Amino acid sequence: MTTRMLGEKVQRVEDDRLLRGQGRYVDDLAQGALEVAVLRSPHAHARIVEIDVDPVLDVDGVVAVWTYDDLTGPMAEPLPLLIPHPALTHGRTQHALAKDEVNHVGEAIAFVVAEDRYVAEDAVSRIRVTYEPLPAVVGVEAARSAEHLVHEDVPGNVAARLEQATGDADAAIAAAPHRLSLDLEVERSASTPLEGRGTVARWDPDAGRLTVWSSTQTSTGVRAAVATKLGLDLGQVDVITPDVGGGFGVKIVHPWPEEVLVPMAAMALGRPVKFTEDRREHFVSSAHERGQLQHVDVGFDDEGRLLGMSVQLWHDHGAYIPYGLIVPIITSTQALGPYKPEAYKVVFESLYTNTVIVTPYRGAGRPQGVFLMERTMDAIAAYLGRDRAEVRAANFIQPDEFPYDQRMTFQDGRPLVYDSGDYPQLLDKLKALVGWDDFESVRQEARREGRRVGIGLACYVEGTGVGPYEGAHINVETTGKVKVAIGLTSQGQGHRTAFAQIVADELGVPFEDVEVTSGDTRRMGYAVGTFASRAAVMSGSAVALAARQVKAKALRIAADALEAAEEDLEIVDGHVQVRGAPASRLALGTVAVLSNPLRYAFDEASKLATQFTVGNPDKPPVEEDDEPGLEGRDFYSPERSTFAAGMHAVVVETDPDTAEVKILRYAVVHDCGTLVNPMIVEGQIHGGVAQGVGGALYERMAYDESGQLLNASFMDFLMPYVTEVPERIEVDHLETPSPLNPLGIKGAGEAGVIPSAALFASAIEDAEGIPIRRMPISPSELYDLRRKAAENAGSVENAGSVESARSEPVETKESR
Amino acid sequence: MKPAPFELVRPRSLDEALEALASSPDAKVLAGGQSLVPLLSMRLASPALLVDINGIGPLAYVRSDDDGVRVGALARHTDVLGDDEAARVQPLLRKALRLVAHATIRNRGTTVGSVVHADASAEMPAVLALTEGHVTAASVDGRRRIPAGELFVGPMESSLRPDEVAVEAFFPALPAGAGTAVEEVARRHGDYALCGVAAVVRPGEGARVSYFSVCDVPVAVDVSEQLAGGPTDAAVADAAELALTRLDPPADIHASADYRRHLVRVLTARALRSAWDEAHEEGR
Repeated sequence: MTTRMLGEKVQRVEDDRLLRGQGRYVDDLAQGALEVAVLRSPHAHARIVEIDVDPVLDVDGVVAVWTYDDLTGPMAEPLPLLIPHPALTHGRTQHALAKDEVNHVGEAIAFVVAEDRYVAEDAVSRIRVTYEPLPAVVGVEAARSAEHLVHEDVPGNVAARLEQATGDADAAIAAAPHRLSLDLEVERSASTPLEGRGTVARWDPDAGRLTVWSSTQTSTGVRAAVATKLGLDLGQVDVITPDVGGGFGVKIVHPWPEEVLVPMAAMALGRPVKFTEDRREHFVSSAHERGQLQHVDVGFDDEGRLLGMSVQLWHDHGAYIPYGLIVPIITSTQALGPYKPEAYKVVFESLYTNTVIVTPYRGAGRPQGVFLMERTMDAIAAYLGRDRAEVRAANFIQPDEFPYDQRMTFQDGRPLVYDSGDYPQLLDKLKALVGWDDFESVRQEARREGRRVGIGLACYVEGTGVGPYEGAHINVETTGKVKVAIGLTSQGQGHRTAFAQIVADELGVPFEDVEVTSGDTRRMGYAVGTFASRAAVMSGSAVALAARQVKAKALRIAADALEAAEEDLEIVDGHVQVRGAPASRLALGTVAVLSNPLRYAFDEASKLATQFTVGNPDKPPVEEDDEPGLEGRDFYSPERSTFAAGMHAVVVETDPDTAEVKILRYAVVHDCGTLVNPMIVEGQIHGGVAQGVGGALYERMAYDESGQLLNASFMDFLMPYVTEVPERIEVDHLETPSPLNPLGIKGAGEAGVIPSAALFASAIEDAEGIPIRRMPISPSELYDLRRKAAENAGSVENAGSVESARSEPVETKESR
Repeated sequence: MKPAPFELVRPRSLDEALEALASSPDAKVLAGGQSLVPLLSMRLASPALLVDINGIGPLAYVRSDDDGVRVGALARHTDVLGDDEAARVQPLLRKALRLVAHATIRNRGTTVGSVVHADASAEMPAVLALTEGHVTAASVDGRRRIPAGELFVGPMESSLRPDEVAVEAFFPALPAGAGTAVEEVARRHGDYALCGVAAVVRPGEGARVSYFSVCDVPVAVDVSEQLAGGPTDAAVADAAELALTRLDPPADIHASADYRRHLVRVLTARALRSAWDEAHEEGR
């Protein structure tokens, strides 16, 4: 009997190759291709008066240079606004090369193709641009004040204003026995994958085909964009994703200017062309996320139950808005988490600034939503003097309330209806795992040693596996090898392992015989992409459905060959056999042979499959409604998202003198439905937690008021090292399967990072007794907060002492 | 992030290297390259000539005797960090080098290179200043000794001439009965510190502290008077206040000037107490 693979901690088949340095990334391809360097704006906001490229033409090794004036047809139009929305009344996107005006430092102005990148950079440094600098709009406050405009024709710098409400939140707040208001802020960070963006293109004039390799999260999206921009038929363009060195959201944006300019150049020059983004470029010309100002008004009862909650968000989306309103919509809706306020209202404004564009970064607006909700929960608990876990529990949706309709519209335009979950049990597990109820003794013990510790918790619900669809194609070769193609791309998640596990189980074949290919439009032309924690849900389900088709066909063919009834057959270890009678078994490879009647024999195996040996001579070789080959292709398209959930707790120690924050314990309980591979899920959690620690304690985009990014390098953008992330992450799982897909899977990719800002704010606040309203937080900022708190308490001298710093959080309190 | 064109020479002897340097007014010495190569890649530096001294084997040494530790121009941080004799003669070396970047960078970066790069945020210039060591510079005109007090002339600026190679750094031995400490607060392990303090305390004899990341050049301060009665709260506070009169903690994206001043006080106290305690333990 084949061992069941689903749910097993199977070693990733990807790792041997990747860890030995045998990965093939975009920059490893097409050695000898022409290489690109891009002239990027040094100004955050300026009119382009003149561009003089003449000095470049003398540089030895330069092949071509493009500016906006050289672009024609669709290439001269703005890049697409990928996700329109009725509320997005003032959507603006950039041109592939800046037309007349630049709106952020790093915006592409000229595109140089040369024999190598060194020469291309030499050439870029010779291009002379005359700018007329304009005032830069940097930060949410500047955008809101609208003293200056990013785009002349966008009043107030507002691209969109969207309000959603259930019930009458204002009235509920006004009538509530207790009320609080909070002003909150989350700063920018970014995906910062190890591999930046990159594209290679090769035009084959003989075949009239364009092949593009891109480091993307959507090969089908890039294909459609390239075909449209270059006036090609979709059938002329293949897009292949080789190994991708991380994405975390930034590579779902498409097409990047370079992603269409490189194929354009390859066609124009008749030679392969390559663009490999460097780190500095990545900081100033890809995408960021997270920057928001938030205001919360909340009314609640004596138990801390949310009677009414009203949220205002000001979302900084940067200079352009190609990815639409996805991030602020997710913040607005996923702020609800596992809770059920009686009335809820949220309104956001999405604002232009003269900074890098904002598009989804792992978590995609949820970290901000969780921040505002969990900060509110902690503030309520502090106000009422109740346990923070207890206040949350009082607001939980109960297990018998699923499916639970939050009466909002989610990012996919569909109702926000939670499919399944058990939040009380998650909280119980978390409390047990971290020792929540015993923490006061830990705190007292530490205090006796002169140490200051705090504990925090944060809960989230994540809508995962959004549509519209994904597909899978499975082909059993005559060798018995099973070839699986999914259209969705991989950037390190372990898809080849997880999907092979599903196929091995569904089809009854050895795991080792299954080979998965992803993100290659030649193999699967219909696909959406890798984002929104959707790969396991969407492609996993499609793979299962396609495998079931293959199995049905295999049983049908084998029933004929074995002269048995289909329902008496099973597939075990790659062989079809009569249940309980393995002696009469037929290898799947042989079934594949039988499935394809041949006229020509080219080897011993195919002799068995010629028209003289296969099939009933009284019937057509391929029956009506059938097709040759042992293949299956199916698509999965859910009516709505499935909702994963989790809760994290962290214990921190804050240095009373230096205000440094040390992580003592980190605990996670996580529910992503059926676990395909717990090791991969835990790896996702570990990576997410590490990225979350970065976002909470280290990373920010330090723009000055003129719009220069001051920390555009890994020296000053503080991605945590292994020394900064918890040595051990304690993980416990809960599995509440989703009723929406065949395997009960929910997504897990983004989860680890979602609660971090809220979580660390909770723990640091607990350790310090000072309200934390803005994340990330550095030791320098914590020191400043201590001083201000001490000044407010009227004792500056005691700013450093353990006792005096534990005071009640200061709130706008109103009680009646 | 690709360097502008430059000529590269790889001399096999010091004399060849010195001649190459003398031949061009716009030459740079390449040793570990941990600072220079990023500067080249970001085109913040674009010298016409790079003189790669990595092939000059005799410059890779760490020698210790009763006088002190001599570190050759090609000794990597790792070589110095791992040298037990050097750690015995001048314990500050190991204590500071543990905080210098990460193993992979220490495997390539050179201690002498770090000293003459004269980054006042780096640990090793502050150690040279604290111990009143010196650097030996060589050119086609001969050799000269540059005392630490004359080496660091401005932010990232040393008194080394463009035609000179710093062939050796000398760190004097720790006097008997003295204790040492290096304390710093960095945002991440291995980062340049937000504030750093190195201390040598010889109870009853004297005490010195030096600072990094809170000044334009490494600053060493004699706090013997303040420490005369031991590292009491008042003594270490006075020492820090004296130091602060000589320091100019900057504000940047990682920390406010206020916070850095606060760290000067906190870390001065920690370093002096730790060095004092060590001296007493050694004395036992």
